[in-house]
Amino acid sequence: MSFLDVLAIIIPAALYTAAPLIYTALGGVFSERSGVVNIGLEGLMLFGAFTGVVTTLTIQDSMGAASPWIAILVAAVGAGIFSLLHAVASITLRADQTVSGVAINFLAAGLSLFLIKKMYGKGQTDFVDFRINKSDVPGLSDIPVIGDIFFSRIPYTSYLAILAAIVVWYIIYKTPFGLRLRSVGEHPMAADTMGINVTRMRYIGVVLSGVFAGIGGSIYALSISGNFTGGTISGQGFLALAAMIFGKWHPLGAMGAALFFGFAQSLSITGAQIPFLKDIPSVYLIIAPYVLTILALTGFVGRADAPKASGIPYVKGKR
Amino acid sequence: MKKRKIGMALSLVLAAGTILGACGSNEGDKKEGTDKKAENFKVGLVTDTGGVDDKSFNQSSWEGLKKFGKEFGLEEGKGYRYLQSEKEAEYIPNLGKFADGGYNLTFAAGFLLEDAVQTAAEQNTGTNFALIDSLLMNEKFEPVFLDNVAAVTFEEHQGSFLVGAVAAKQSKTGKVGFIGGVDSPLIKKFENGFKAGVKSVNPDIEVIAQYAGDFNKPEKGSSIASTMYTKGADIIYHAAGGTGNGVFTEAKNRKKNGEDVWVIGVDRDQHEEGMPENVTLTSMVKRVDVAVYEISKMAMDGKFPGGKESVFGLKENAVGIAETKDNVSKESIELVKQYQDKILKGEIKVPKTDDEFAAFEKTLK
Repeated sequence: MSFLDVLAIIIPAALYTAAPLIYTALGGVFSERSGVVNIGLEGLMLFGAFTGVVTTLTIQDSMGAASPWIAILVAAVGAGIFSLLHAVASITLRADQTVSGVAINFLAAGLSLFLIKKMYGKGQTDFVDFRINKSDVPGLSDIPVIGDIFFSRIPYTSYLAILAAIVVWYIIYKTPFGLRLRSVGEHPMAADTMGINVTRMRYIGVVLSGVFAGIGGSIYALSISGNFTGGTISGQGFLALAAMIFGKWHPLGAMGAALFFGFAQSLSITGAQIPFLKDIPSVYLIIAPYVLTILALTGFVGRADAPKASGIPYVKGKR
Repeated sequence: MKKRKIGMALSLVLAAGTILGACGSNEGDKKEGTDKKAENFKVGLVTDTGGVDDKSFNQSSWEGLKKFGKEFGLEEGKGYRYLQSEKEAEYIPNLGKFADGGYNLTFAAGFLLEDAVQTAAEQNTGTNFALIDSLLMNEKFEPVFLDNVAAVTFEEHQGSFLVGAVAAKQSKTGKVGFIGGVDSPLIKKFENGFKAGVKSVNPDIEVIAQYAGDFNKPEKGSSIASTMYTKGADIIYHAAGGTGNGVFTEAKNRKKNGEDVWVIGVDRDQHEEGMPENVTLTSMVKRVDVAVYEISKMAMDGKFPGGKESVFGLKENAVGIAETKDNVSKESIELVKQYQDKILKGEIKVPKTDDEFAAFEKTLK
């Protein structure tokens, strides 16, 4: 295999596996920028995967190929509503945000399995008939070299993920809403003094994190695993959380980190079949993504500072 | 401060919800009569956390037990029944319940229950247990044998040999792939059996083998499959559990784009998983139900194979290729029959380990 052939395997695989992480990490950015730690991303993703698969299975006979796309929207709404639990507990009731997030993770896992059992009478769902398929971008995939690497055999959701990251960056850094969201996360009292409704902004941040994690989870289930079991989402939410921190709570940084994770993993997988890398014992290739991540974190990224008020409930009038 | 307390309380409620979620239906809690007649044989099954309807091991074990029960006129719920384990912590209590209830034999479905069976068997020396698909191990990972435990294992390499022969016969590119979950002696049996089957039909076919390092990472399965298909393999045999779901997804994607690629399923007939694009060529099935049935019968006849390993293979009809043969050509089926005979007669000794395979490969040339 030539170098270009290898790239044509690795890059599409990285874009394919990174997409769910990008959406979820963007959700994390919204929540944490508003000052609410959201460790519940894993659970929200799981709930999104569950809603996405169940919706697809329910409507696929009548809606056909459109059903997974509709299911993603339903999952976004579903997980958004689900995240209200975290919002109520951590914002209105000022519970410990980490504890509440962990509770979301447990609740999503238990609830979704319970519902699957009730609905289908077994511990896992069937495979969906219509998935988000890998496809070539018409026109662009014919460009020599670049077409094969960037525009072939990649599901559209991956391009949308990159687009979403840019949109989120614009919203958070270039709009009045974004400024308010960030100010609430940095110094809620100052924001409150300026007439910004802290509670409202934080609610919006948390619900948006649910919406994005729901999209991420449903895309994972509908483009990669194809069905839903208790183990469908196992750690991806935490990986997305790591990507967000790695990306310094910045939408584009989070996207870059998620892509880096995807790239490192597909490199480690494909590496086992590249003539030059093949001779390396497989254990080194399997740990490579983690080693690369540690190196990147310690060596190149530098200090990561969370939004100052992240994790601290806001009490009006308290100094 | 009061508000914070309410918040903590709410968090606790959320956490409690998870326990509720794990409740499900627990049919095992019905009262058990202990005044049974002595000659009445009672047999139980403890599932792992996958549940009795997991389409895999647990379900298959239960089907074997039901067949046994019906055949010998046992009453479901009294003569034979299952207890579903919702958490790992329930393994030992569930095994103990059967022992206390006077059950003659209790099956434990799957290697996850290995430690639990060991503990339960040591505590209840008067009752027999059977552990499916695993041996008991000590801390040094050396097999140990208890007199009241039968360890049931399968000759997966024989079944893998047969699907390997099918793959070799039906590959158009001359390259096939193998994707394993975790590199371990068990999965090596699948790999080496498969490779031996392929090479026996045509020594020139290249077999690419790779391990995902995980049984539950579909994205890895998908990436590995993508690499293999791109490199020209047209049939991939997976022995990777949930990771294999990604292999199916990748194959379906490619089939949809007009590529002629196939997946060979594992453990049970995975034809359904390949639909609607129809990518499952065949599957290597492990008939856990056959083993459960046979062991139950032996125990009832007073020939319980305790203290040793009971191996189920082609001879017992406990491994083989799947029922659904829509995509398997007539010649392949013929070929499978021939090889089946040869293995049964002992003319072919299917390799299990890498060393055995290396020796086997030499005999082909």
